[in-house]
Amino acid sequence: MASGVETVLIAMLGGAIRVSTPYLFVALGETITEKSGRINLGLEGNLVLGAMVAYATSFHSGLPWLGVLAAFGSGLVLGLIHGAVCSLPKVNDIAVGIAMMTFGIGIAFFLGKPYIQPQAPRLEGLPLGNWATNPALKQALLINPLFFLGIAIAVVLWWAFANTRPGLILRTTGDSEASARALGVNPIKVRILATVLGGGLAGVGGAFLSLSYPGSWNEGLSSGQGLMAVALVIFARWHPLRCVVAALLFGAAGALGPALQSVGISQGYYFFNAAPYILTLFIMIASARSGATQHQAPGELSIVK
Amino acid sequence: MDAEASPPKPQRAFGAETLRSVEALVVPVGSVLASALLFSVFLLVLGKDPVQFFQLLWKGGFGTSFSIQNTLQRSAPIILTGLAFAVPATIGLTMIGAEGPLVIGGFAAAAAAIPLVTIGAPTSVLLALMAAAAMAAGALLIMLVGWLRHARSVNETISSLLLTYIAIATMNFFVEGALRDPSSQNKPSTLPIGKDNMIGSIPGTDVHWGLAAGVILAVLIGLLLRRTTFGFAARVTGGNPHAALAQGLPVGGLILACTAISGAVAGLAGFFEVAAIHGQANASLVAGYGFTGILVSFLARHNPFVVVPIAIIFGAIDASGGLIQRRMDLPDATSALLQGLIFITLLASETLLGRFRMFQPVEAR
Repeated sequence: MASGVETVLIAMLGGAIRVSTPYLFVALGETITEKSGRINLGLEGNLVLGAMVAYATSFHSGLPWLGVLAAFGSGLVLGLIHGAVCSLPKVNDIAVGIAMMTFGIGIAFFLGKPYIQPQAPRLEGLPLGNWATNPALKQALLINPLFFLGIAIAVVLWWAFANTRPGLILRTTGDSEASARALGVNPIKVRILATVLGGGLAGVGGAFLSLSYPGSWNEGLSSGQGLMAVALVIFARWHPLRCVVAALLFGAAGALGPALQSVGISQGYYFFNAAPYILTLFIMIASARSGATQHQAPGELSIVK
Repeated sequence: MDAEASPPKPQRAFGAETLRSVEALVVPVGSVLASALLFSVFLLVLGKDPVQFFQLLWKGGFGTSFSIQNTLQRSAPIILTGLAFAVPATIGLTMIGAEGPLVIGGFAAAAAAIPLVTIGAPTSVLLALMAAAAMAAGALLIMLVGWLRHARSVNETISSLLLTYIAIATMNFFVEGALRDPSSQNKPSTLPIGKDNMIGSIPGTDVHWGLAAGVILAVLIGLLLRRTTFGFAARVTGGNPHAALAQGLPVGGLILACTAISGAVAGLAGFFEVAAIHGQANASLVAGYGFTGILVSFLARHNPFVVVPIAIIFGAIDASGGLIQRRMDLPDATSALLQGLIFITLLASETLLGRFRMFQPVEAR
C-alpha cells in the first residue's frame, strides 16, 4: 500500500505543478488589477485567447516562446478594452467582465478553428529530475519554465508593491481614490494600466495551456481557470506570494482525481475537485468581518465593500 | 420626480418622461448599429459579405416559422436566467451564479425522477415533483448566498461563483457515481426520464413549455417588483440598504425572499433543460446560460418585462448560427463573437445616457 500512496503523492506533485501554472498567472494578473481598485471578471477570455494566439504563433513561427509573447500581447489588448470601457462613467465593471469573457472566447474560437488539427512546437520542460531513479518522479519533475517565471513574477510583484513608486501609486489608488488624486495621480490611468498588465499575465497563463499542459489547442481547453481568478485572489488576500500557495492548492486539488485514477480509484474524487472552492468559501465566511480583511483588501474594490 | 409634491403643470409637447424613454431607446439601438458596423468591417477584412451575413441572421432568427420557433426555444432558458439575475439585482445583489442553481436544479429534477419512474408514477405527477425539486434545490443554493451576504457580509458575487463550481462538482459526483445510468458509456448521465415522460411542446408549435413559463414568470415578477409593496421595499433596499434599515424594512427577509425567487427561477430553467431537452442530467447542463442571463438582465436594466425581448434577440443570434455556418463557411463561434461585441458596446453605451442635450428636459438645460 505504501507504494500506492507514493504513486499518488508523486502524481499529485507533478499534477499540482502543471495544473497550478495557469492559475498562478491569472491570480497574479487579477491581483494587480484588484490592487488598483477594479475587478476584471473577464480573465477567462484572456486565458482562452492567449492559448489560441500562443498556439497559432508557435505553429507558424516554430518558436514557442514567441507564442508566449504573442499571448501576453493578446492579453494586453483585451485588458486595454476592459480597462478603457470600465473607465467610462456609469459602466458596470462586473457586467463588462462577463461580456469580455464572451467576446474573448468568441474571438479565440472563431480565429482558432484552423489550428485545432495541426501540431505546433511545444514549450519544453526543464528536466530537474534526472537524479531520480523513479520514472514517475522524473516525469513529475519535468517542470515547465513558465512555472518558475510565474514564481519569479510573484516575488517581483511582492517586492514592487511594497518598495517601488509604481507599487505605492497602485496601492494608493486601490485604497482611496481621493488620496491618489492628492498625490497628483490620475486614478483612471492607473486602473487602465493595471487592467492591461493583469490581462497580459492571464494571456501567458493561456499560453501554458496550449503549449505545455494539456499542450494542444481545442475548444474545451480551459475549465474555468480564468473565472476562478477572483476566488484565488480572495484566497490569497491580495498578496502575490500567497497567490503561489493558492494556485498550488487549487492545482493539487485538480490533480488529485487523475492521481487517484492512476492507482485505480476512479470514483468519488469529484468531491475533491470542489474542495478548493469550499475552502475559499469558508475563508470568506471566516474573514468577512475580521479587521485583517479590511486592512488587506483594497478599499476601493467594489466586491469587499 | 416632484409630480406628487406640486400641482400638475401644463403638459409640454415632450415631457421629461417621454424624452427619457426616447433616449433609453435611441442609445441602445444606436450602439447595436455600431456593433453591427464593427462586425461588418471585421467580415470585410475576412473577405465575407456583411449584407449576406445580416440577411442570414434575420432569416435564421425570424425569417421562417421554423426559425422563429427555434429562436423562441433557445431564448427560454435565457429569459429564466435573466430573471434570476434581475430579481436579486433589484435588491442590490450582483449574482454571478445563475449557472449554479440551473445545474443543481436540473440535477435535482433528474434525481427526483429516478424513483418515480421506477414506480411508474403518472407523467403529470412526475413532472410536477421534478419541477418542485428543481426549484427547491435552486432556491436553497441562492438563499445560502443571500443569507451569507446578510448575516456574515460575505460578498455575494464571489460566493455565488464559488457555489456554481460546487454545484457542478456535486452533480458530477453523483452522475459519475451513485446515480450513474450504467448504459451511459461516453457521457455519464442519470437514468433517462423516458421519452413518454418528456414535457411536450406548446400546442401548435415545436417550442417547449419553458418559453411560456419564462414569459409568465417575467410578467408575474415584473408586477411583483414594480406594483407591490414588497417590490417597492426591495427597490428601496437596493437603492440604499442603510436607509432601508433605518426605515425599519425587514432587509434580511427581503434578501432571502429575492434570492429564493432567483434560485427557484434558475432551478426551473434547469428543470426544463432536463424535462424538455436532454431527458437526463449530465454535463450538457453546463451550457453557459447563466452567464448570458447576467448580460441580458443588465441590458434590460433589470426590468423583468424587458428581459423577454432582449433574451429573444440573443436567442435569435444563437438560432441563426447554424445557417450562417453552413452558407458562409464561418466558424460556429461567429454567434458568440457577435454576441460578445454587442454586449460590450451596449454596456459601454450606458455612459452616454444623460449626456445628450437634446434628451434633457427644458428646465435642466
